Amino acid sequence: MTQIPARIHHWFSAKGWSIHPHQQDMFDRAQDPATLLIAPTGGGKTMAGFLPSLAELSGGEQKGLHTIYVSPLKALAADIKRNLRTPVEDIGLPIRIEDRTGDTSATQKKRQRADPPHILLTTPESLALLTSYEDAPRMFEGVQRVIVDEIHALAESKRGDQLMLALARLQRLSPDLRRVGLSATVEDPEAIARFLARHPDPCQIIQADPGPDPDISMLQTQEMPPWSGGGAAYAIPAVLEQIRQHRTTLIFHNTRAQAEIFFRNLWLANDDDLPIGIHHGSLDRQQRERVEAAMVRGDLRAIVCTGSLDLGIDWGDVDLVIQIGAPKNVKRLVQRIGRANHRYNAPSKALLVPANRFEVVECVAALEAARAHELDGEPRGAGPRDVLCQHVLIAAAAGPFDADSLFTEMTSAGPYAHLSRHEFDACLEFCATGGYALRVYDRWQRLQQRPDGLWQLRDPRATQRIRMNLGTIQDTDTLKVRLRRNRGGKPLGEVEEAFAASLTPGDTFLIGGQIVRYEGLREMVVEVSRRADKKPKIATFSGTKFATSTQLSDRILRMFAQPDWPQLPRHTADWLTLQRKMSRLPRRDRLLIESFPNDGREHLCVYGFAGRNAQQTLGLLLTKRMEETGLAPLGFVATDYATLIWGLDAVTDPRPLFHIDALRNGLDTWLAGNAVMKRTFRASATIAGLIERNTGGQRKSGRQATFSSDILYDTLLKYDPDHLLMQITREEAMRGLVDFGRIEALIQRIGNRIDLLRLDRVSPLAAPLFLEVGKVPVKGAAEERLLAEESARLLQSAGLAAT
Amino acid sequence: MNSLEFSFAGQHLYAMASGALWWPDQRLLCVSDLHLGKSERLVRRGGPALPPYDSRDTLDRLSADLDRTGAEQVVCLGDSFDDLDASKALEASEKLRITTLQAGRRWIWIEGNHDPGPIELGGTHLFEWACGVLTFRHIPQDDAQREVSGHFHPKAQLRVKGRAISRPAFLLNQDRLLMPAYGTYTGGLRSSDQALSDLMGSEAMAILTGPNPQLIPMPR
Repeated sequence: MTQIPARIHHWFSAKGWSIHPHQQDMFDRAQDPATLLIAPTGGGKTMAGFLPSLAELSGGEQKGLHTIYVSPLKALAADIKRNLRTPVEDIGLPIRIEDRTGDTSATQKKRQRADPPHILLTTPESLALLTSYEDAPRMFEGVQRVIVDEIHALAESKRGDQLMLALARLQRLSPDLRRVGLSATVEDPEAIARFLARHPDPCQIIQADPGPDPDISMLQTQEMPPWSGGGAAYAIPAVLEQIRQHRTTLIFHNTRAQAEIFFRNLWLANDDDLPIGIHHGSLDRQQRERVEAAMVRGDLRAIVCTGSLDLGIDWGDVDLVIQIGAPKNVKRLVQRIGRANHRYNAPSKALLVPANRFEVVECVAALEAARAHELDGEPRGAGPRDVLCQHVLIAAAAGPFDADSLFTEMTSAGPYAHLSRHEFDACLEFCATGGYALRVYDRWQRLQQRPDGLWQLRDPRATQRIRMNLGTIQDTDTLKVRLRRNRGGKPLGEVEEAFAASLTPGDTFLIGGQIVRYEGLREMVVEVSRRADKKPKIATFSGTKFATSTQLSDRILRMFAQPDWPQLPRHTADWLTLQRKMSRLPRRDRLLIESFPNDGREHLCVYGFAGRNAQQTLGLLLTKRMEETGLAPLGFVATDYATLIWGLDAVTDPRPLFHIDALRNGLDTWLAGNAVMKRTFRASATIAGLIERNTGGQRKSGRQATFSSDILYDTLLKYDPDHLLMQITREEAMRGLVDFGRIEALIQRIGNRIDLLRLDRVSPLAAPLFLEVGKVPVKGAAEERLLAEESARLLQSAGLAAT
Repeated sequence: MNSLEFSFAGQHLYAMASGALWWPDQRLLCVSDLHLGKSERLVRRGGPALPPYDSRDTLDRLSADLDRTGAEQVVCLGDSFDDLDASKALEASEKLRITTLQAGRRWIWIEGNHDPGPIELGGTHLFEWACGVLTFRHIPQDDAQREVSGHFHPKAQLRVKGRAISRPAFLLNQDRLLMPAYGTYTGGLRSSDQALSDLMGSEAMAILTGPNPQLIPMPR
């Protein structure tokens, strides 16, 4: 076993630091093919990853690339470069460290390919791009180690699948490559280990000391939380008081829109002019960087933020984390709390602020779960094939390939270890021809097989397009927002295209905490002027709406079963008691459905507790069944715990609506035409290369892309329903946006135990649903009925009799 | 599928759910703006590559309407093909399909602005055609009477209890009847558009297509 070189040891001692046990463990295992380190933030995780590289490079013999570090954020790569250069320069190690991200200049990038540094810091997309060049074998042949930082975050999305395919390629170019994963606390480390390691290599998991339990509680406020909504405006005075009492506070929100509203409300009440900033993914990079810099300098007392601050950049002296709105997921809560107090072995302090009455219950359940160390999460499915299609094209861009060896390479990636040859061939076929329905177009004939059996691009110029459309991040059709000036004003950030389309000149909206006035759209840029006099509209940023995890929902249902609720605030406990008296509380082993009239319409409230996405899907499927049975539904709205449906007729027997076969059939037919499926299709079609966002110079507007992807989807559905991309869309629909898997689990669990309660009015638990936004109309018989009534009324009032 | 009976120029006509017009006295079915070959033309001009099934879909619907009515005369009211090249590029199977539909029927192709001049398919090619009291032409003429025309792809939108329902629509007044576009992938022009309000005047009515066609005062 090698020792940590004395020079490095001395540097640690000189700083007054000692090497943590897990850093030593990682060093001792440096020759293993794969190692996963689980450590809390601030535990010297990154140094644990880099120590072996520094040691191996300290002799100065290495020529070319030795270590590749991959992080999900460009900013993290830049941060690490700073932090790593300090010891390297202090000790005087002969190591060149450079980063390479979307922000790196073209000259720099070119030079890096000719003369790579010893340590390259990059992102999954930039790495995948590097593997697409013909000179990739030369660049990567000597690479020894790859460090994947924040691997738990990458594993949650297709970016992780992309990275593992890129690593499979690296491993082929450099068979001795060793892999290291750095992760925050997760519920299933084994799954991450399998994801990271070359299949079937073993992967040792090293657990660092998790440190003391966090100090976490619910914020006490004078005001009661409202019945619905996500703003938590009621808590503003209490939150301000907390900011005053702490050095630096991070205030996390679940969506960007909520962060914007909260930030504005906070400033309206900020009488002491405390320095408070805002940070989220839709803000312009310069704006974000300014906030980040101010934060590092310690100039800010609080930052209102979203998941964009979730990852491990060191923000200095944060001593309080506030989570606004229910955390939806205990694991994310625990990871966010880890952001406070980066000094190892000091407890983090966190406060939860429920945004509405139901979230009080959810927050208390999440608190109990966090204290019990019960983390949640959905098991990771097999690697999606749209990413695989993209990598087939990337492989082709790098040069002619043999299908058998590409299959061997790709199935060495953890997420694709169980990919069948048949599935692989379908992807290859799609890349070669576009699939049955599209084979008539030259544009999709992208690969051809040469006489020697190798596959190559039919048109070598396609490499440029492939590289331009690489990546799996779906920037959902956003437009840049700029101040209107003579020559391009200051960039402020981005809004969703759909939101921009709803604006007329003169409208005002919030971005980056300021109110701006919409002036017009010029060349895909939203031009605005500063304005502070009108009540703003709220931009609908595409912040991901997470669904409450299954484990957390179960915990809430268990809490409902208690005879009383000493752990809940009085107002919330009273509310639940009233529900129990007027109706019933939902139970885990039964399905509660309430039926009641309200405002001249019939309502049905289904308490499935299946999470927002699944409840939304349930709404679509149930209204379809109701339509078939003549119950004339008009619309529905879904939350994490229930779906409320309204229509013209009352439901008296719900059982036929819940037959799993009929629902599954509904998924295949009705849902097939649904916007959610189309969105899923669009994402996969873009990743797989069927829709190109970037076509040499000009970028398609989101609406153009939507137009053609929707028609593509409809046509494939009709004439080629088994097209590879339709299969992928259905696979994706089972989890994610459609989440049919949870509906199946629900129906299997409850079986016949469905309780329909007929009430004479709205129940306490159903009442907040009436205030929910995001109501979905149902187009069907009810619409025809309304149309006929309206037509008769119009003719009548126009003095005309119907012919 | 239902249809709505209405009277125009003293004739009993039916607005069909699909957007076709049925005139029982003449055993005549009229469809407008089929735009066959639209996807092919878009690709040819560097637009989005839509799957080439729109023509098949349009012909499927036309075939069903012919079966339903047993029409003996068919009028295609112009812009039947997206352009002249589209008619040439039509797949052999689709040409055969059209020929099959034409068998045993009188078939009139009215010239449109997208497809002027002769095309290499059976049937009679006319700029306009008078049949009984009605005149069929593609673009409505000023001061026309008893005229059936297309070209505009009209649609109408109705707000009912906070919900906007928009459908392709027939528009009619004393003198003229405007047909909705029949083709798949054809967009529409709202009846509230200036061009249509001016053309149709204040007394106009609209018939919304869809499962149950509905007659309403034309939304302006």
